Amino acid sequence: MELNEIHIDILKEIGNIGAGNAATSLSQMLSKRIEMNVPEVSLLDYENVINSIGGAENVVVGILVSFEGEIEGVILFLLKKEFVHMILNSLLGTELHGFEDISEMEMSALSEIGNIMVSSYVNSISSLTNMAIDITVPSLNIDMSGALLDAVTAEFSEAADKVIFIREKYFCQEETIYSHMLLLPSMSSLEILLRKFGMEI
Amino acid sequence: MSQEVNVGISDMKIVTSPEGLISYALGSCVGICITDKVLKIAGMAHIMLPYNKNEDKANIFKYADTGIAEMVKKMEMMGCMRSRMVAKIAGGAKMFEIKSNSTIGNIGARNVEATRETLQNLKVKLVAADTGENYGRTIIFDSNTGNLTIKSFAKNIKVI
Repeated sequence: MELNEIHIDILKEIGNIGAGNAATSLSQMLSKRIEMNVPEVSLLDYENVINSIGGAENVVVGILVSFEGEIEGVILFLLKKEFVHMILNSLLGTELHGFEDISEMEMSALSEIGNIMVSSYVNSISSLTNMAIDITVPSLNIDMSGALLDAVTAEFSEAADKVIFIREKYFCQEETIYSHMLLLPSMSSLEILLRKFGMEI
Repeated sequence: MSQEVNVGISDMKIVTSPEGLISYALGSCVGICITDKVLKIAGMAHIMLPYNKNEDKANIFKYADTGIAEMVKKMEMMGCMRSRMVAKIAGGAKMFEIKSNSTIGNIGARNVEATRETLQNLKVKLVAADTGENYGRTIIFDSNTGNLTIKSFAKNIKVI
């Protein structure tokens, strides 16, 4: 299956609605006013994703959630240091100096945030399409972005070489921060999803 | 080592001393490094999946079985001898623990298993390995000494 521009527009719209809900959840959790732009949604391969996140050796937080039900796949959140610092500072009042010193409590706070953001994403897809979708407990790891990403793309690369990459830009007080989300539906799930929006595949 | 040649994902490179080889941030992928110490020729393959079941000819280096076989063949064409070849491998981590059905399996462990099996079938001796666990590895291979240096986040540098 080849994705054309209309397909990508639909995926962008799904990404956009999901991101709006996720930003709202984030804003409620942190008790901060958070605004966002229209997210950039693109179909990228491994190399391009790596470049967008600052190179293979750039250390980031990765939160992986798998979804199953009428459609299946995984969502990988990649959070750069600035984003992680903003979250932890708002939630726990801590200062993050480096990922080397992150505590267990900070890790579980991040995991919870990831869970809530992914849930609001998946819920918006679910209610738009009337499909039942369940998500698993998130798994978190802090490591080089290349290593986090190859593990996830390897599992799915037999289905597709490209992933749906969503970059969201948030404005929180004076700061501009980005979150990066990768949506990897299985190929059959992608078809089901597009058909739900009236697309002929 | 004067300089290092970059080996990307699903790729393979062969160099001669003093050139070295580097591959960045392997997660579940496996890096296979083979040298012929007499000729000081070194090869590195960065595979992503265990077996090339569909005989995908466009991406032979994406798979352990076809990737390693092709690297050994190319090295032999350069004069290397199978009996002198030794291999070191690194990678194959499990980066995420997901409790679900079959959606996410342990691809890293399967990659390592396929790599070991392929080396055995090709009769290339495996002399050192640093695999598994849950962290990424950047690997640097010295064609002169045959040393494989492994760098990971928040861990000491390891040489095997």
